[in-house]
Amino acid sequence: MKAFLAIVRQTITVSFRSGGGPLVGLIFFLSVVIVVPFGVGPDLNLLARIGPAIIWIGALLSTLLGLDRLFQDDRDDGSLDQIQLAGIPLELVVLAKAVGHWIATGLPLVVAAPIFALLLNLSPAALGILVLTLLIGTPALTLIGVIGGALMVAIRRGGMLVAVLVLPFAIPVLIFGVMSISAVILGPASSFGLPFMLLCATTLLALVVGPVAGAGAIRAARE
Amino acid sequence: MGITNTLANPTRFMSYSGKILPVTWALALVMILAGLYYAFPGSPPDYQMGEVVRLMYIHPQAAWLAMLTYVLMAIAALGTIIWRHPLADVLQKAAAPIGACFALLGLITGMLWGQPTWGTYWVWDARLTSFLILFIMFLGLIAIWATVDDPGRAARIAAILTLVGAVNIPIIYFSVQIWSTLHQPQGLLQGQTDEHFLPPMFLMLGGYTFLFISILLLRMRTEILGRRVRTMQLTSVTAEA
Amino acid sequence: MRLTGTGLASERGGRLIFEDVGFDLADGELLAITGPNGAGKSTLLRIVAGLLPATEGRVAAAPATDGPLYTFMHYLGHRDGLKGSLTVRENLVFWQKTADSDGGIDVLDALERVRLLHAVDMPAAFLSAGMRRRVAIARLLVVRRPIWLLDEPTSALDARSETELGELIAEHLGGGGLVLAATHLKLPVPVTKTLRLGSAP
Repeated sequence: MKAFLAIVRQTITVSFRSGGGPLVGLIFFLSVVIVVPFGVGPDLNLLARIGPAIIWIGALLSTLLGLDRLFQDDRDDGSLDQIQLAGIPLELVVLAKAVGHWIATGLPLVVAAPIFALLLNLSPAALGILVLTLLIGTPALTLIGVIGGALMVAIRRGGMLVAVLVLPFAIPVLIFGVMSISAVILGPASSFGLPFMLLCATTLLALVVGPVAGAGAIRAARE
Repeated sequence: MGITNTLANPTRFMSYSGKILPVTWALALVMILAGLYYAFPGSPPDYQMGEVVRLMYIHPQAAWLAMLTYVLMAIAALGTIIWRHPLADVLQKAAAPIGACFALLGLITGMLWGQPTWGTYWVWDARLTSFLILFIMFLGLIAIWATVDDPGRAARIAAILTLVGAVNIPIIYFSVQIWSTLHQPQGLLQGQTDEHFLPPMFLMLGGYTFLFISILLLRMRTEILGRRVRTMQLTSVTAEA
Repeated sequence: MRLTGTGLASERGGRLIFEDVGFDLADGELLAITGPNGAGKSTLLRIVAGLLPATEGRVAAAPATDGPLYTFMHYLGHRDGLKGSLTVRENLVFWQKTADSDGGIDVLDALERVRLLHAVDMPAAFLSAGMRRRVAIARLLVVRRPIWLLDEPTSALDARSETELGELIAEHLGGGGLVLAATHLKLPVPVTKTLRLGSAP
C-alpha cells in the first residue's frame, strides 16, 4: 500500500512539474468546447442538445493527451526497470499510474466541466448529472488509455497510433455517458437508469482490464 | 536447441499446409462458382426486396467471416501469450488483413443493401457501429504489425489488443437482439429464411470459408518463409563479422 | 545465499547472442562479466534481473528465497532511473517507499557517502551525468538488497568517485553481498570470478 501511494504521488508530482499538470488538458478541453459552436453555429437550442456530447468528446480527447508519454518517459529514464524490481505487482503499478494520472488530469476536467457547460447552454439540472457521469466515466477513459500508454512502451513510436488503438474502446464510455445525460435533458421518454448503470459497469470492467492489459503490454516489451 | 525447437513446428506446418492448399482452393472455387450461379441466374428475385435480395448471398457471409477471423485471431492471441507458440504469432499476422477485407466487404455490401431497403446508406445503430469498430480494430492491428519491427514483440502487443477487443464480438452478435435496431436479426440459423434461398447461402458461406482458409494458409506460408530468409540474412551477417 | 545461472541462452530478433552461459556465486563474491561490444553483457544482467526472458536456462538462488528473486536484487543500468523534475531526495525517498526496504541506510547518510549532500534538494535534471550516476549508486544504499547487478558501473564517474564506488562494493561484499558487474574496464575492486562472453579474445 505504501508503494502504491508512493507511485500515485510521484505520478501527480511529475505531471505538475514537467507536464504542466492539469493546465494543458484544461486548455485543450476548453478549446474543443469553444471550437464546436464555431463549427455548428451559435444556435443555443442546438448547443444545449449536443452540449453533453461536446463536453464528453472534449474530456475524451484531453484524457488521451499525455497518456502516450506516461510509461515511455519511465522507460527512457530507466524508472520502468527499477519499478519492475521493486516487488510491487506490475498490475498495481499500472493502476497506481492510472490513478495518479487521473487525479492530475481527469479530476480537473470533472471540476471544470460545469463551468464550460454554461457556454453550451446546458440546463442546471443537466449540470449535476454531467458532473456525476464524468466523475464515473473519466476514470474509465484513463484506465482504457493507460493500455495504450503501456503499448507505446512496446511499439516505441507513433504517438497518434495510441489514439487510433484506444479510441474504439472508449466508444462505450462515450455512448453510455452521453445517453445518461440525454435522458435527463430529453425528459422521461428515455430512461436514465440503464445507461447510467452500464456506464458504471464499463468503469468497473476497465478497472480490471486496464491494469491487467497494461501490465501485459509492458511485459510484452521485454525483449 | 531452442532454435531447432522453434522451427520444428513450422516445418511440419509447411508440409501439411502444402498438401491441403490445392484442395481448399478447389473447394473455394467450386462452391463460390456454384453459389454465384444459384445467386444470380438460378434463383428468383424476392417479391418484397426484388433483385436486391441477391446481396443476401454476399453480405452476411462476409460479415460472418470477419467475425470468425477475429475469433480465430483471439484464440491465436491466447496461443501467443500463454504458450508462446510461434505459429500463433504467424496466424495473427496473416489473418488481420484478411479480416479487414471481409469486414470492408461486409460494410460496403451492407451499405448498398441499406440504401434501397432503409433509404439510407448508413445508420448509427448498435449493429452497424459495433461492426465498424471491428473494422477499425483490424486496421489498428495491421498498423501494429507495420510499425513494430521485431515480430515477436509485435505478436505480443497485437495479442493483448486483440484480447481486449474481443469484448466487441458478443456486442456485435447480440446487438440486434438487445438494442432496437434497423438491422434485421440473422435468420440463417433460426429457420426464418425461405428454403429456396438456403442452398446458395450455405454454398457461398462454405465458399467464403474455404477462400479464407486458402488465403490464410498462403499468407502464413509466405510469412514463415519470409522469417526464414530474415534469419538466414542475420546469420550470414554474424558469420562475416 | 548462493546465486547460480545454468545453461543460459539469449536469442533476440532471430540472432543468437550467447548460449550455454553459467555462473555460480556465493556470499561475498564478485563476478566480472567481460567481453567485446555486443557480446551480451547487458543482456545477461537483464536476464538475471528478470527484465528479459532467457531463451534457455534459469537463474536460481539457494536456499530458495522468500518471495520473487528479483526483490533481492539491485539493478544499476545504463539509465539511472531518476526523474529529472524531482529532487534528489524525492527520487531516493520514492525508491525507498516502493521497495520493501528493511535496513537500508538513511537518505542523507547515503548522499553523504556519494558526496552529494549539498545537492539533496536540487532537481535531478540539474545534475551532471556523473552526479546522476552517484545518486543512482546511493539508491543501492538506501534500500538494502543482497545482490547487486551493475552494468558498466564506472561509466561517467571521475577517478575519485570510481575509488569510492570500489569501497562501497568492497563493503557490500564484506557484509556478505553478491555482485555481478558487466564491464569492459578494470573494476576498482579485486575480482573473485570472471565470466567472459563472446568468442573474440
